[in-house]
Amino acid sequence: MPINLKEQTTKPERLGPGHRFCAGCAEPIVIRQILSAIEEPVVIGAATGCTEIATSMYPTTAWNVPWIHNAFENVSTTISGVEAMYRSLVRQGKIPERNLRFVAIGGDGATYDIGLQWLSGALERGHRFIYVCLNNEAYMNTGIQRSSATPTGAHTTTSPSGSVIPGKVQWRKPLTEIIAAHHIPYVAQASPSNWRDLMEKARKASAANGPSFLNVLADCNRGWRHATDTTIDVMRLAVETCYWPLFEVDNSVWKLSYRPKEKKPVEEWLKTQGRFSHLFQPQFRHVIDEIQARVDEEWVALLKKCEAV
Amino acid sequence: MVVSTKRALEGAHASAHAMRQINPDVVAAYPITPQTAIVQTYSQYVADGEVDTEFIAVESEHAAMSACIGAAAAGGRVMTATAANGLALMWEELYIAASMRMPIVMSCVNRALSAPLNIHCDHSDSMGARDAGWIHIFSETGQEAYDNTIQAVRIAEHPDLLLPVMVMQDGFITGHAVELVEVADDASVQRFIGSYSPAHSLLDIDHPTTFGAWDLYDYYFEHKRQQTDALSKAMKVILEVGQEFGREFGRPYGAFEPYAMDDAEIAVIVLSSTAGTCRTVIRELRQKGLKVGLLKLRVFRPFPAAELAEALKGVKAVAVLDRSISFGSMQGSGPVFLELCAALYAAGSKTKAINYIYGLGGRDVLPVDVERVIHELKQVADSGEVTSLVSYLGLRE
Repeated sequence: MPINLKEQTTKPERLGPGHRFCAGCAEPIVIRQILSAIEEPVVIGAATGCTEIATSMYPTTAWNVPWIHNAFENVSTTISGVEAMYRSLVRQGKIPERNLRFVAIGGDGATYDIGLQWLSGALERGHRFIYVCLNNEAYMNTGIQRSSATPTGAHTTTSPSGSVIPGKVQWRKPLTEIIAAHHIPYVAQASPSNWRDLMEKARKASAANGPSFLNVLADCNRGWRHATDTTIDVMRLAVETCYWPLFEVDNSVWKLSYRPKEKKPVEEWLKTQGRFSHLFQPQFRHVIDEIQARVDEEWVALLKKCEAV
Repeated sequence: MVVSTKRALEGAHASAHAMRQINPDVVAAYPITPQTAIVQTYSQYVADGEVDTEFIAVESEHAAMSACIGAAAAGGRVMTATAANGLALMWEELYIAASMRMPIVMSCVNRALSAPLNIHCDHSDSMGARDAGWIHIFSETGQEAYDNTIQAVRIAEHPDLLLPVMVMQDGFITGHAVELVEVADDASVQRFIGSYSPAHSLLDIDHPTTFGAWDLYDYYFEHKRQQTDALSKAMKVILEVGQEFGREFGRPYGAFEPYAMDDAEIAVIVLSSTAGTCRTVIRELRQKGLKVGLLKLRVFRPFPAAELAEALKGVKAVAVLDRSISFGSMQGSGPVFLELCAALYAAGSKTKAINYIYGLGGRDVLPVDVERVIHELKQVADSGEVTSLVSYLGLRE
């Protein structure tokens, strides 16, 4: 179902104003886009992280929908329990069927790193839930530590740029592909800069009869180091440089969602952010070339998977 | 009218049988020796359509308790089972379950914690979780495991408590031993536990509730105070439910079970299956005129401190048998001993107390070991002197 912008403006907010996200944070933008796209009633689980602490400080809550936080690593399992209870109570006739959707939200730390086992287990069991990874590419809530989603060359407090080492040395974990390898009904990679694409993917995820997974880029200007009013521009550049390609894996069929008219050099994205500034020193410029080579290689591989060469 | 039948059941099967009759809405569990008999028996009930339960075969014990918390927040009845390292892996979630006031009932088939790896009985697993905020109930026999599991549902869901309950039985010794267990008819069990409808549910989309909000220094402390108050109220509920169970099913339960205590000058305190060995030895020694009694402790959390001090009034010396060590505590004593010492001190008691560590990693405790305890206890009572505060039973030294 296509997204009608006018309709979207009149829908009640599920994440209310008054939350404590930082100015310019992409996370509430992503959450509002996704929750606005999903037409059905939702129950939400959140992993420990920015979303959790910015929306649920007792005695206040920013949530106008049922919401639960359990711990850092286990939001997929917590929502598994909620979903199982729903199925049990409906099947027994103890509560009416209300076509509920169950949404689990975790950052890249909760998803790529500490919670990967819990997520994999929940996907294998086939619970019907939508997992949203708000991928800001580091442990931002605790003050910018590297995760396995952090880009090569990025400065974080646990992968600092020094006189010898140019920030994070390793390449990011290919999580979207790892999730796709579970052959769940729907997997997609998205960015709120391309909001219509993200919202349509949220609808497809909601319609999937089983687990679905959205890996969404979620800029953190505190960690990425740029002005608070350039969030969407920076994410758009990640897409336009093919650093963050948009695609979906719908019932195991790979499909490219967006092909930039002109694939921009990754350097254009890197230079918008302070976390990469050291790479522009002469002794570290080779890292930019290495990133470009890897991005190119992965882009070609993705096109092949999508049979879009 | 309760219709009971006697069935030959292993302890773990007695627990699974109680679970079938409780028919929880969700069970999330992971197999681990010696608890596996429960999870696999229950899986068969699900496969045969004998229960309405949605069974979640999770990928770890941490996930088991994580799913239980989500399911309990969604407003239904939730159960699980574990042992040993599985319980240890749940550690984070045990605290969260209790602190979020989720009335989850869990069987714990007590087994030694690693390292070294050992699959046999001691109490180091559940004792490691003794400050997690759960109610801890120990069972001597398969019958008690059955009875305690049914009562646990009522205790956990009591509106004054809303606390998770762990029901223990000794791994292999009870869990894998066949005993005659008197099981009630399904309808009587259902009538006793009643229906459950919590005030708040995640699935109530018309009244959206935020579960698991975070707290800072301005509220956390008050919430912890509420939590400890709930544990303080638990003993009254446990005793009421134990009496009501007795009226319905003919087997009443208290916080502990006294045996030959009326005129006892010395006494032994012990948990679970070893109470049987102690009772046999005490019966024989009573025939020889020794004034010795037994307090079989059933409820460890909340600890019946004042009640035990009262029960020990007039007793000159008491020996606590502990099947685990609180490493680094006073002379490396056991958790039950430490609690009892605190209880006696707070009550201003003059009763001498000594501690025996026994049965670690499934080491047998024999009647001759208990005889030794009572013999040494008699010397303490006669002399008024404690020469050895902590000793070991059946240990090669």
